[in-house]
Amino acid sequence: MSEAAVTGSGEVLAEGGKGFVQDFSADRQAFHVPWGKAMMWIFLLSDTFIFSCFLVSYMKVRMSTTDPWPNPSEVFGLEVAGVSVPLLLIAIMTFILITSSGTMALAVNMGYRKDKKKTFWLMVATAALGASFVGMQAFEWTKLIMEGVRPWGNPFGAAQFGSSFFMITGFHGMHVSAGVIYLLVVANRVRTGFYERRGDNYEIVEIAGLYWHFVDLVWVFIFAFFYLW
Amino acid sequence: MAYVSIADRDHEIEHHDPQTFITKYVYSQDHKVIAIQYGGLAILIGLVGMILSSIFRLQLGFPDTFAFINPENYLQFVSTHGMIMVIYLLTALFLGGFGNYLIPLQLGSRDMVFPFMNMLSVWVYALSVLILIASFFVPGGATGAGWTLYPPQAISPGTPGVDMGIILMLVSLAVFIVAFTMGGLNYVTTVLQARCRGMTLMRMPLSVWGIFMATILGLLAFPALLVSAIMMLLDKTIGTSFFMPAMMAAGEVTDYGGGSPVLFQHLFWFFGHPEVYIVALPAFGIVSDLLSVHARKNIFGYRMMVWAILAIGGLSFIVWAHHMYVSGMNPYFGFFFATTTLIIAVPTALKVYNWVLTLWQGNIHLRTPMLFAIGFIFTFTHGGLTGLFLGNVTIDLPLSDTYFVVAHFHMVMGVSPVLVVFGAIYHWYPKMTGRMYNETLGKWHFWLTFLGTYSLYLPMHYIGFLGVPRRYFAMGNTDFMPDSAITLNTSMTISALIIAATQSIFLYNIIVSLKKGKPAGGNPWKATSLEWMTPDTPPKHGNWGHELPVVHRWAYDYAVPGAAEDYTPQTVPASEVPVGRDHGVDH
Repeated sequence: MSEAAVTGSGEVLAEGGKGFVQDFSADRQAFHVPWGKAMMWIFLLSDTFIFSCFLVSYMKVRMSTTDPWPNPSEVFGLEVAGVSVPLLLIAIMTFILITSSGTMALAVNMGYRKDKKKTFWLMVATAALGASFVGMQAFEWTKLIMEGVRPWGNPFGAAQFGSSFFMITGFHGMHVSAGVIYLLVVANRVRTGFYERRGDNYEIVEIAGLYWHFVDLVWVFIFAFFYLW
Repeated sequence: MAYVSIADRDHEIEHHDPQTFITKYVYSQDHKVIAIQYGGLAILIGLVGMILSSIFRLQLGFPDTFAFINPENYLQFVSTHGMIMVIYLLTALFLGGFGNYLIPLQLGSRDMVFPFMNMLSVWVYALSVLILIASFFVPGGATGAGWTLYPPQAISPGTPGVDMGIILMLVSLAVFIVAFTMGGLNYVTTVLQARCRGMTLMRMPLSVWGIFMATILGLLAFPALLVSAIMMLLDKTIGTSFFMPAMMAAGEVTDYGGGSPVLFQHLFWFFGHPEVYIVALPAFGIVSDLLSVHARKNIFGYRMMVWAILAIGGLSFIVWAHHMYVSGMNPYFGFFFATTTLIIAVPTALKVYNWVLTLWQGNIHLRTPMLFAIGFIFTFTHGGLTGLFLGNVTIDLPLSDTYFVVAHFHMVMGVSPVLVVFGAIYHWYPKMTGRMYNETLGKWHFWLTFLGTYSLYLPMHYIGFLGVPRRYFAMGNTDFMPDSAITLNTSMTISALIIAATQSIFLYNIIVSLKKGKPAGGNPWKATSLEWMTPDTPPKHGNWGHELPVVHRWAYDYAVPGAAEDYTPQTVPASEVPVGRDHGVDH
């Protein structure tokens, strides 16, 4: 990581694109980040393609199915004191997930300040927010299932509504659940001093954070395409 | 995931040598052992694929002769043969096998960046192979839907293996993708982040470039296959209708409705076309190195070769629908995809010219690896040229789903990469084992395979022109098929059987040479790249002893004027031998 470029000694780079390539390819490392972080970025790129394929497939079946698509603001509405409020639950869920990104960012900051205690608690808070998101998703699934929505059909319209909904939110929920476990493992290792013994290095908190922010970002797209379209 | 190697990054020397047999050869984290596990397993399953092809060739060449082949298992053999060869043999062998072996050695690294994940990768791959094989032994047998697994047919009654076979096939693919992702992340990160001193990207051997780009393609293309596998599994098991329209099956109305079969085709080919280049790019890279070493000349146009690899990789993502001209598409899309498809011919032809120009006035040594490399130029050019025909919508329409297509893709992504695989195995065999293979047997292996494939696939083009459709169990009495075509079918089967039998020469050679081969020494080919500079042959755990190599030049300094020898290893400083031609910045 701290290895200097072999070629750094006054080498004049060529103009334009050629110089860019020369510069980019010159070092031992293409990006000045730890291995784990580079790998997480590449993994997330790959994962982006998975979610993109899911969302594009959802759009395609939504456009090509013959039955009418259910109206999301009715299906996802909640009755509060006799009044139907559209998208209430999902607004709360989204708010919680975005908040968890905030606590995660604080945890990363505290990690670089080597404040083990705060890092630990902020990561636990992030995991707790994530877990409550999954819990509310379970509630939403239950509600829809009680109303008769199934992967193979539903009383509101096109069968593909339930299929896509359960598949995509399920896949995203699995990502959140895996993230909660990942965060707790890392948080516990922060607490026990595992990283302190390995050079007092808390980059791993940031790597876990990258994953967490990614899961958040994906949710924004799912939210937009599923609930607002 | 990440913490293990962050910690050992700074003390690279201090690695834990494996002690017992189990940690050394079974659950090994050494990239070389993992490479051989990957390669060995891929070759074993490839042999299964080859035997399957021999069986269905028997049916095609000698219809009504073999009672044990019926229409159902014929389709199962064809489907599984395709899937094995494309994914479980070629993808796994090039990336898991050669990728694992060559990346750290050619880049002067001690290992992959995350060895534990690398080990998981090979074991998960083994699991996917096991699931694939298991599909033959479940009720109903393996799927017979063709390797493309198009719905609705793949999951509708009447198709062989519609009960458990298709489910196991899809699960096996998903497991394979998990395995590939764990390995692939390692390969890409190692290439980008863990090179030795002086090894700039523009000094990497082209083998590494090809494998690197292919891995990126894999990481971005396999997601589409994963998604389509998940959706088809849901359609099959819990009755969703992603891909299934309202339809009758076996005389009854199904519960499906409103799905889109064409969606599957788009997802499948968004994976499937880059997959062609996942197989081809490593072959391009490796063959460049073989030609350069055995012609004692630098590769012609190194920089262009690199850009061509990148361009082909990029273009491969926007050509997928040329597999779907007959599926029903807006004509403007056909126009678009035909154009992009033909544009790919530019960087590809550039590579072929550069290979030929590398041979031009070279000091060519016709050893076995070189024979295979030159054979590749022939088969690849032939396969590529028929691709130009098929890339055009109007020519593709009548030829679609005929043996012309089968001949085309077998030439271009079957025979060609397999020839490179053989060449590469012979080329690096001395490094992997420390012994030489038998040159005479190697040459027999080459000539029988090379001429055999031509006698198999050239007539197949003609049969395709006649309009004989692929995947048919028997043609019966058809007017458009003259007797000569039927005789040709018999001769093609005989060729196929000869090729299959020939591979036993190869197996015999590499197994017997393990014990009986002449000791090879560290650098039998007098090659320049780093893997030939290891202190031990075969390289030990950690590859480089106590000191990592330092690179001063590109990998192709052959016959540099003024040098004492006709090759100058990458580790020789510019002060001793002038740098021939170098695109790095260390002048």
